[in-house]
Amino acid sequence: MQLKAGTKLHSAVCDTDVMVIKGSGEVNLTCGGAPMTAARGDLGELDAALAGGTAMGKRYTNADQSVELLCIKPGKGTLAIDGVALELKSAKPLPSSD
Amino acid sequence: MNISLVLQMASDTFPDRIALTHNGVHYSYGRLFASANAAAARFAESGADYVSYLGESGPGMVIALFGAAKAGKPFAPLNYRLTGPETLRLVERLYPVYLIADEDKIAGIPADAARVLISIPEFLAAVTTDEAEPFPAPDEDDEAIAVQLFTSGTTGEPKAAVLRNQNMLGYVLGSVEFASAEEDEATLSTVPPYHIAGISAILSGIYAMRRIVQLPNFAPDAWLQLCRDQSVTNAFVVPTMLSRIIAHIDETGTPADLPAMRALAFGGGKMPLPVVQRALDLWPNVNFANAYGLTETSSTIAILGPEDHREAHNHPDPMVARRLDSVGKPLPTVEIEIRGEDGTVLGPNQLGEVFVRGPQVSGEYQGRKLTDEDGWFPTRDSGFIDDAGFLFLAGRIDDVIVRGGENMSPGEIEHVLREHDAVEDVAVLGVASVEWGEAPVAAVVPKPGASATEAELKELVRQKLRSSRVPERIVFVEALPYNEMGKLLRRKVKDLFDA
Repeated sequence: MQLKAGTKLHSAVCDTDVMVIKGSGEVNLTCGGAPMTAARGDLGELDAALAGGTAMGKRYTNADQSVELLCIKPGKGTLAIDGVALELKSAKPLPSSD
Repeated sequence: MNISLVLQMASDTFPDRIALTHNGVHYSYGRLFASANAAAARFAESGADYVSYLGESGPGMVIALFGAAKAGKPFAPLNYRLTGPETLRLVERLYPVYLIADEDKIAGIPADAARVLISIPEFLAAVTTDEAEPFPAPDEDDEAIAVQLFTSGTTGEPKAAVLRNQNMLGYVLGSVEFASAEEDEATLSTVPPYHIAGISAILSGIYAMRRIVQLPNFAPDAWLQLCRDQSVTNAFVVPTMLSRIIAHIDETGTPADLPAMRALAFGGGKMPLPVVQRALDLWPNVNFANAYGLTETSSTIAILGPEDHREAHNHPDPMVARRLDSVGKPLPTVEIEIRGEDGTVLGPNQLGEVFVRGPQVSGEYQGRKLTDEDGWFPTRDSGFIDDAGFLFLAGRIDDVIVRGGENMSPGEIEHVLREHDAVEDVAVLGVASVEWGEAPVAAVVPKPGASATEAELKELVRQKLRSSRVPERIVFVEALPYNEMGKLLRRKVKDLFDA
């Protein structure tokens, strides 16, 4: 699927929604083993081996950090690109300025 | 995606948690989000192009901000301190507009000036709800205008700064961790809704899920009282507010204790060094942050954080101590560089214009984009970055005085005059000079009971700087004209010398 910053993607097997923070071009992005989609349809079967879950407001990134996703609705599936699970990006706390 | 995502995520996660306290009334995230959906439906069916809000901060403004985003219409708040004719001129620029206004402002607005004209209480009564049909927001609205803010117009007719969803979301998602606040945290915002810091305080507070407490009419005693009553843990003030709070404590002997306060941030103008030093001594356990940002950058782009404040305070090395006078380092999500007049990028310690680039930077006015082809925005602020990466500001480039071909910034002359024991406040600016083209002049506010002669002050500048910096004239005044955000109205100071 084509990634574009600012767009929303849905899992095809769980409740997960993500917003693309960073990333562009053709990427094989899956959640719970199934390709993510731009439109929400009927949910398919979640692969039990890929049910690590997503957490609200957390960021997920690949090894070279070329893709970054923000979870805007949590679900049961594991996010992956080309079959490699994305990692939770650690937050670097900033002082509150407003 | 649009900025209503911020409220939607908070509402999905903890719908019953308190989001906002206003005049003692609580609003949960769930209620704010449902009300924003109800408001979006009204905005959409009105046929208006803009949603505007003319009034003090309150729940109606928060609901209108997010409702407008859901309906795909720019939110364009107006300054309630403007005169009637000034307000009408701006309302005209927003036509057809859905205008939510203070009850005492409604009478001054002709019914045909707006598509819908509704008072704040009527609006709240119509849209406040705990359940509403989710309003279907357009999917591809990254590029849509989220917020349009009129500049204060200190130099001319107000300009309409445009902030798109991608700019505002870029700022919030890039600088705030979702739901990072504990449930007992509360943030006090005293910045009005028509100012960028007033908007960003709402977005950041809701995304962090830190309860927002509002104080529409700032007064030092009311601020201190509200901080204690509401156990406020975080607050943002503009420099004049902090000056007034400290003066109130020092003059009346009011206790300064703020038992719940953890973090105090300030921005929106130059913070006088003595004020921040006094604040550090008064509240040794509070984390201070000095934020530098502009309307055109969706708020903060650089921060001097708590550790930097503590380290610099009373540090023996003057190069470290002076960092208290800096605005810190760029946010990780933005780049800042200093450029010379010919556009070349300058090295450390060289004074030039501050340029900034990043997702949150819009650099755009209605009909005019000021960023270059690589996305860099010229801030029109002059400054330099020191060897350690700290950004120091030296005033607005447009305020630079050119005397006989020699450039000088008002700030350096003001700094020297302010050191004099009898000087409370000072403004330096350029006026037309037959001999030099332009020459510096100064308006000085003497401290109560103190006085200084014009000759004495001129001599001080001659000694500390050089003869070209000596103000040609110095006038003594009771007070300098500032707007409500503490911004000096240089046009009005200039009038003192035209007379």
